Amino acid sequence: MTFDSEYFNIGYLDSLSYKDTFVHRLDPRVKLLVSFVFILFVVSFPKYDLSGLMPFFIYPVFLLTAGDIPLRVIAKKVIFVSPFALFIGIFNPLFDTSVLLTLFGIPITGGWISFLSIIVKFILTVSTALLLIAATSFLGLCEALERLKLPRVFVIQLLFLYRYLFVLLEETFRMLRAKDARSFGKRGSEIKTFKRLISILLVRTVERAERIYQAMLSRGFRGEIRMLRRHTLRVQDFLFALFSVSLFYVFRHYNIVSILGETLGRTLR
Amino acid sequence: MHMADALLSPAVGGTFWAGSIGAIAYASRKLRENLDDRLIPLMGVLGAFIFAGQMINFTIPGTGSSGHIGGGMLLAVLLGPYAGFLVIASVLTIQALFFADGGLLALGANIWNLGIYPCFIAYPLIYRAIVRNGNTPRRTIIASVLSVVIGLQFGAFSVILQTKISGITELPFGTFLMLMLPIHLAIGMVEGFITAGVVNYVRTLRPDIVENSEGIKVLSSGSSMKKIVIVFSVFAILTGGIFSWFASTYPDGLEWSIEKIYGKSEVPERQNPISGIVSKIQKKTAILPDYSLPSTSKEEEKPSWPAVDTITSLSGLLGGIMVLVVVVIFGIGMRVLRKKMRKT
Repeated sequence: MTFDSEYFNIGYLDSLSYKDTFVHRLDPRVKLLVSFVFILFVVSFPKYDLSGLMPFFIYPVFLLTAGDIPLRVIAKKVIFVSPFALFIGIFNPLFDTSVLLTLFGIPITGGWISFLSIIVKFILTVSTALLLIAATSFLGLCEALERLKLPRVFVIQLLFLYRYLFVLLEETFRMLRAKDARSFGKRGSEIKTFKRLISILLVRTVERAERIYQAMLSRGFRGEIRMLRRHTLRVQDFLFALFSVSLFYVFRHYNIVSILGETLGRTLR
Repeated sequence: MHMADALLSPAVGGTFWAGSIGAIAYASRKLRENLDDRLIPLMGVLGAFIFAGQMINFTIPGTGSSGHIGGGMLLAVLLGPYAGFLVIASVLTIQALFFADGGLLALGANIWNLGIYPCFIAYPLIYRAIVRNGNTPRRTIIASVLSVVIGLQFGAFSVILQTKISGITELPFGTFLMLMLPIHLAIGMVEGFITAGVVNYVRTLRPDIVENSEGIKVLSSGSSMKKIVIVFSVFAILTGGIFSWFASTYPDGLEWSIEKIYGKSEVPERQNPISGIVSKIQKKTAILPDYSLPSTSKEEEKPSWPAVDTITSLSGLLGGIMVLVVVVIFGIGMRVLRKKMRKT
C-alpha cells in the first residue's frame, strides 16, 4: 500500500535529521541559504551546457556522505518524485532536431542535449532539497526561516502542520484500514465513499483543533507562541558558506570540465 | 502540476519567490490585524488534514485510474482567503522539502500558481459572489466547480508562461497550451465536485464549520474585496517590474539589443580604457553569466553550432566523465573516512 510507504518515508527522513555529523551541526540558516544558492547556480546554466553541470555533483555527494545519509533513500525519492520536468523535457528531442555534434559518427541533436541537461538539473536540485531536510531537523529549519524574517504566523503554521501531520496520518490510516476491512476488491474507492471519508476526516480535524485550542488555553496561551533559538553562527558555518559558494562560482565561471578534458585528451595522444 | 526547478531560469524562479514571499507577508499581516486565536491551531491542523486527505484515493469514473484532492479551494472556503493562502503555502513548503515535489527554487512559483489564484482570484470573485445571496447545496456545487476550474486554469496557464519564459523547453506555446489546459479542466471539474460534496456533507454534520467560517470572519464586507483586487494588481505590477529588471540585467538580451542599435556587439564607448576594464570586471564578477533565454541571440548562434569543432565537444565529454569519476571517488572516500572515524 502506498500509504504505508509514504507515511514511513516522512518519518524516516525525519529520523535521519537527528544524527550528529558535521553537516547536521551546521547552522540551518547556512545550509538553507547555501543550498538555495547552489540551486540558483545549477539552473543558471544554458540549456545546451551539459558538461559544465558535472562538477556540481560534488555538493549533494558531500551532503550525502558527510551527513551519513543512505544513498538508497535519496535515490528512490529522486526517481519517484513528480515527473513533471521529465514529461515536459521529453518533448525537446522531438522539436529541436538541429545536430549539435557528432560523436563516433552518431549525430547528437540539440534536443537530446537539452533534455539530458534538464534531467541532470532535475537530479541535482531534487537531491539537494531532499538532502537538506535529511540533514536538518524541521524545527531547525523553521527556526532558520523565522530568523530570516519570514512572518511568524507562517512559521508557526509550518510548525503546527508538521506537529499534527503524524497524528492525522495515523487517524487517516485507521479510517482507511476500517474502510478496507469492510469493502471487497475495488469497491470502497468510489467518489461517494471518498467524499464521506474526507468529510468525516475534516470534521474530526476541526474537533481536534478545538480540543487543541482548549488545551493551549489551559496552559496559558495568550495568542503568542515563543520559539526557542538553539543555533548560533560559528566559525565553521562561515567557512562552509564561503568555501561552497566560491566553489560554485569557480565551477560556473571557469570551464573546468573542458580544461580537464583537453589535458586528458592531450596526454592520451 | 508542480513546477520543477529544472524547468526554471533563475530570474523567473527568483521573481516568483519575491511575489510569493510578498503575498505571504501580506496575508500574515492581514491575519494579525484581526486574529482570532482559535485560528492558529485550526490552520495548522487543517494543513495536516490536506496532507492526510491526499493519502486517500478515489477511482476517477470512467478511467479506472485513481486520484486525490488538491484541497486549495476547500481551505479557502473553510478559512477565508488569507488564512487559506497561508495554509496552502505551508503545505507546498512541506511537500517541497519532504517529497521534493517541485523543488526549492520552484516553491515560489508553486505557491503563486496553486495559492494566489484560488485564494485571491477564484474564491473572492467567483465562489463568494455566487454563494453570497443564499447558500443552497446547488449554489455550492456551481460555485465550487466554477471557482476550482478557473483557479486551476489560471495556475496551469501560469505554469506554461513560467516554463516558456525560462526557455528550457522547446515545446511550442500552442502545443503546450493544448497539453495542459484540457487536463486541468478535467482535474478541476472532479476537484470542484468533490469540494462541493465535502462542503455540503459537512454542512449536514456540523453546519457551524462551513457556515461560520466561510471566510466571513476574516473577510466581512465588500469593501475589503475591492482591496484584494487592488493589492493583487499592485503585486502583478510589482512582479512585472522586478521581472523586467531581472531581464534587463541579463547579458544576452542586453548584448543583443546593443547589437541592434550599433550594428556590432560592442558599445563604441568601450574605446575608453577605463570603462573597458570596468566591463571586463563586471563580466568576471557577474554571479550568473550568460544563462539562456529563448532570445534571438541563441537562434542566431544556432547555425554556427554544428561548426563547433568536435574536439571541444569531445573534450567536454571526456572532462565530464572525469569529473564524475572524481566526485564518485570523493564520495567513496568520505564514506570510508566516516566508517574509520566511527570505529575509533
